[in-house]
Amino acid sequence: MPIDPASPSLIHARALTKRFGTFTAVDAVDFDVAPGEAFGFLGPNGAGKTSTMRMIGCTSPSSGGTLTVLGMDPAIQGPEIRSRLGVVPQADTLDEELTVRENLLIYGRYFGLSRSECARRADELLDFAQLTERRDSLVEPLSGGMKRRLTIARSLINEPDMMLLDEPTTGLDPQARHLLWDRLYRLKQRGVTLVLTTHYMDEAEQLCDRLVVMDKARIVAEGSPRSLIDQYSTREVAELRFPVGVQETLDGKLDGLADRIEHLPDRVLLYAEDGEAVAVAVHERGLRPETVLVRRSTLEDVFLRLTGRSLIE
Amino acid sequence: MRVPVTTNRPDVPSPLAGALHVFEHRAYAYRRAFRGSLFSSFVNPALFLTAMGLGLGGIVNARSPAAFGGITYIQFLAPGLLAGSAMQQGFFEASFPVMRGLVWNRTFHAMHATPIGAQAVAVGTLAWIAFRLALVSAVFMLVAWVFGAVASPMVVLGIPAAVLTGLAFAGGMGAYMATQRRPDKFSAIFRWLITPLFLFSGTFFPIDSLPAQIRPIAWLSPLWHGVELTRAASLGTLLDDPWAALAHLTVLVALVAVGGWLFIRNVERKLDA
Repeated sequence: MPIDPASPSLIHARALTKRFGTFTAVDAVDFDVAPGEAFGFLGPNGAGKTSTMRMIGCTSPSSGGTLTVLGMDPAIQGPEIRSRLGVVPQADTLDEELTVRENLLIYGRYFGLSRSECARRADELLDFAQLTERRDSLVEPLSGGMKRRLTIARSLINEPDMMLLDEPTTGLDPQARHLLWDRLYRLKQRGVTLVLTTHYMDEAEQLCDRLVVMDKARIVAEGSPRSLIDQYSTREVAELRFPVGVQETLDGKLDGLADRIEHLPDRVLLYAEDGEAVAVAVHERGLRPETVLVRRSTLEDVFLRLTGRSLIE
Repeated sequence: MRVPVTTNRPDVPSPLAGALHVFEHRAYAYRRAFRGSLFSSFVNPALFLTAMGLGLGGIVNARSPAAFGGITYIQFLAPGLLAGSAMQQGFFEASFPVMRGLVWNRTFHAMHATPIGAQAVAVGTLAWIAFRLALVSAVFMLVAWVFGAVASPMVVLGIPAAVLTGLAFAGGMGAYMATQRRPDKFSAIFRWLITPLFLFSGTFFPIDSLPAQIRPIAWLSPLWHGVELTRAASLGTLLDDPWAALAHLTVLVALVAVGGWLFIRNVERKLDA
C-alpha cells in the first residue's frame, strides 16, 4: 500500500526523552512513522531502543518532549492506543501454563473480543504463524522460533493498526529468522505498519523502508538503508586480517589506498568504490594479509562510521 | 489487518472488566490443574485432622475432658488449621505466581500491552487469590464437618474469615515479591515468619497457654485474629462477644486494604516504569 504523504504520522515524536533517575535512556529524539511503512531503530544494546518502544507502547510515561501515537496522547489515551497496537516484546511473554491456541484465545479477551471472535481469529492466526499442527501443545516445549511466531500471532489478535516489534529475531537460529522475516514481510505487504528495533544490520536491511540509527540515547542518523549506506559509507569494503602482531606494525603503510580506513582490534577495513582494486594495491605494497574479503558496504559500516564502534560488541 | 485506522473495534474494557479478564485468564489456566489441586485440598485437611484431631486429640480429650471448655480437641483444632492453611495458601499464591507474572514469564507485562491497565492486572490477581482461598476453605469445611469437627451452622462464616486471613498475607507478600528480581528471600520468610505464626497463633493450642510475657506478641499476629474469628464462627460463638469479633475483623480488613493497596501500587510501578 503506498504511503499517503498527506495522511498524519502514526507516530510523531519531538524531543522525546526518558530518564530513570539521573540516567537518561532516551535523549530528545525526533522521528515520524508514516502509515504502512516499516520503520526501524537500529543500535547496540543500551542505545535506548527498548525505552523508546515502551513509550510508544504506552507502558512507560515519557519524561519530556512530545509524543503522539495514532494521533493520540499516550499519557491520556493509553488504553485506546494499546487497543490498536500489536506488541512483540523482546522476551516472549507467553503463558506457559496454556496451550498454543489458548494463549491466543485468552489474549483476545483482553481487547474485549467475544469468545467466538477470539476462536475465529485464533484459528486464522495459527495458520498464518504455521502453528496449526501444534495448536493444542503446551507452549513450554516449543522451539524458540515457534514461540516467537506465536508471540507475533498473539500480537495480531486485535488486528492492530501498527505493530511494535522489539528485537523480533534476537536469539534465533538463521533458519528460524528467515521464516520470521518472511511472515513479517507478508504483514508489510498487507499494509500493516511495522516499527521494529534490532541490532542486526541484515534484519534492518531486509525489513525496513526507513530507519534511525541510535547510539547512547540519541538518534545519530536517519534514512533508508540504501541512502544511509550511500551517505556514510563507500560502495565496497576490503577487510584485511593480518597474522597476530602484524596489524600493530603497519603504521601508515596502508595510507592512501582507500577513502577511509578503520582499524578494528582483529582486522582493518578499507573503504573504497572498488574493493578488488584496493586488495591488489595492498599486495603491490608488499603487505601479506592472512585473509582478504571484499564485500559491499552494509549498515554495520554506517554504524561504525557514525559511532566508531561495532553494533554487536 | 486494515490500514491506517479501523473503526469497528470493541470498546476498551472498563477497569472492572479488565480485572475480570485477568481472573478469567487465571481460571482458564487453572482448569488443567483443577482435579489434582482439588484432590489435595481434600487430602491435606483429612490427614491433619486424622493425625492431630483424632490421634493427638484422643489423648487430650481422655486426659483432660474440660481442657477446651466443653468442646473436643478436633473442634478446637479444625478452625485453627483452616485459618493457618489459608494464610499459607495466600502466601504461596502471592509469591511465585507474582514472580512469574512480573519477571519469569512476564505474563503481567503481556496483559498490560493490551488496553488493560496495571491496576486491573493487580486487582484481577487478588480476586483470583480470593477465589482460590474460598474454594480451598470450603473444601476444608466439608472435610471438617465429615470429621465431626464443626459445632455450628455458623461455620459457613468461617469461609469469608479464612479468605480474609489468606488475603491479609497475600497482599503484603505480593507487594514484596513485586519489588524482587529473584525469589531469594522466599524460604527465609517462610521459615522465620510463616512457620512461627502457624505454630503460635492459637492454631494448635490457646495462646493462654503461652507464658504471660510472650502472650501480647501473639496479639500482633495477623493469623491469631484470623484464627479467633474463624474459630468463633465454627463454634457458633461469634455473637457471644461481638466486640471481639468486630475487632478481629477490623484488623484483618485493615491488613487486606493496606497489603492490597501496596500490591496494586508496586505492580503499577513495575508495569508502568
